[in-house]
Amino acid sequence: MNFLQYIGRFFIDLLAQIGRLSVFAKDAVVAIFSPPFYFRLLWQQMLHIGYFSLPVVGMTALFTGAALAQQIYVGGERFNAESTVASVVVIAIVRELGPVLAGLMVAGRVSSAMAAELGTMRVTEQIDALVTLNTDPFKYLIAPRLLAAVIVLPLLVLVANIIGVLGGFIIGTQKLGFNVSVYLNNTVDFLEAADVESSLIKAAVFGFFVALMGSYHGYHSSGGAEGVGKATTNAVVSAFILILLSNLIITVNMFGN
Amino acid sequence: MAYKIKLENVHKAFGRKVVLDGVTLGVEKGESLVVIGGSGTGKSVMLKSILGLITPDQGSIKIDDREVTHLAATKRKDIMSKFGMLFQGAALFDSLSIWQNVAFGLIESQGMKKTDAKEIAIEKLRRVGLTPDVAELFPSELSGGMQKRVGLARAIATDPEIIFFDEPTTGLDPIMADVINDLIVECVKDLGATTITITHDMSSVRKIADKAAMLFKGKIIWHGPRSEIDHSNNDYVDQFIHGRADGPIQMEVLKP
Ligand SMILES: Nc1ncnc2c1ncn2[C@@H]1O[C@H](COP(=O)(O)OP(=O)(O)OP(=O)(O)O)[C@@H](O)[C@H]1O
Ligand SMILES: [Mg+2]
Repeated sequence: MNFLQYIGRFFIDLLAQIGRLSVFAKDAVVAIFSPPFYFRLLWQQMLHIGYFSLPVVGMTALFTGAALAQQIYVGGERFNAESTVASVVVIAIVRELGPVLAGLMVAGRVSSAMAAELGTMRVTEQIDALVTLNTDPFKYLIAPRLLAAVIVLPLLVLVANIIGVLGGFIIGTQKLGFNVSVYLNNTVDFLEAADVESSLIKAAVFGFFVALMGSYHGYHSSGGAEGVGKATTNAVVSAFILILLSNLIITVNMFGN
Repeated sequence: MAYKIKLENVHKAFGRKVVLDGVTLGVEKGESLVVIGGSGTGKSVMLKSILGLITPDQGSIKIDDREVTHLAATKRKDIMSKFGMLFQGAALFDSLSIWQNVAFGLIESQGMKKTDAKEIAIEKLRRVGLTPDVAELFPSELSGGMQKRVGLARAIATDPEIIFFDEPTTGLDPIMADVINDLIVECVKDLGATTITITHDMSSVRKIADKAAMLFKGKIIWHGPRSEIDHSNNDYVDQFIHGRADGPIQMEVLKP
């Protein structure tokens, strides 16, 4: 195949994929807002996505916040700016690391699980069975997952932010010798409402992508166990990329000017 | 004659592989049609096309004289509620218990109260030879044959007008297979359901069929009443019902 043909094929495939995904996303969002609503399934998903992600998200935030404080201290020392540790930690965690790390951890945990579950349902004809029992798979399977992720991720990120700052606080006060009340004052003084706002907006967007990628790849998987495996990998990788890309876009838009 | 289900010149290919190549077939109301044919000839694909799970490339499918060929499965709520379907692999929901599987259509589609639906589910499970203690188990805790029977109970739970059975007796012992055959006959006689059954089991054919049809190379090559199946004068049918390796149907197997 000649080179131009190859590039052409690549972009046509890419566009087709984006088109399919857009239609899928639109159908899913419509399903969220149209009855019947499956509150029990929504609640189940919120537990799955949110509650059971708390340990891993909490640990990630704690260790990262702590390591960050240490690095900023060492880096700041070179131009006598050690005192900025508290304020830089809180801004870095709330604006960037809290939402991004929580998003990535949840993507690893949840996108893959969703893709595997829906993929198995697809290849064992459970989704077909659902349709013949007059139940819309978008409302029954996908809407609860999507909505749960969008609701729960901001809550998770809130927790991640607090624990991340706590990690910095522990290193700052126990190892680097900051005074407890000075550290806390610096943290609170530098934090603005817009920081928290951006954090929560990012979280909701990441939640949407995590569930969308898990559902999309699972729902469209084919070809038995191997197909489900591929769907799982694709779900996680594409969720990661979408999280990092949308994070950049939101950051540039909110803080760029 | 008004047909309950009517297929006309239905074509379906997956990529280059042609599966249905002009299927024409009518099923009358209250009739039990049995479809036979070799493995991989497209019997399951035909049922899924009628249900709208697969969209044919060409041709027309009518249910109660209504054109449904290009109506996506999710956009045909009123039509779908007429159907019950037993999938070849049972396709039970593994996140739900056995009774919840059977009661699914009653609860989600008909809006029945859970306690009432559970009672009906347990009654239907009894009809397929499963005791009430099975009701609380999950699909993964059941044998293949038991799963199949749960799938059957789920297919008939809402007393649908049209029921499709994809290999209902495969994987069952001969006695249980006969119980299931009786159950299918009952569905047709007592409930007046229209049924299409796919089977490889000739004793099933003889017991439940009003009419039989044979699918070969994407076409219906024979269609007639049960009484004629033994005198069809069709070499393909003869070879199939007697299970002979020699005949016009050549299996593509590589001999060493
Ligand atoms: N979704 C699909 N994608 C691609 N090919 C398919 C799909 N579904 C079925 N096929 C192909 O269509 C052909 C017919 O399949 P089908 O399941 O209808 O066979 P069958 O007659 O039911 O056989 P069996 O008696 O073994 O169940 C097979 O060759 C199969 O590979
Ligand atoms: Mg089949």
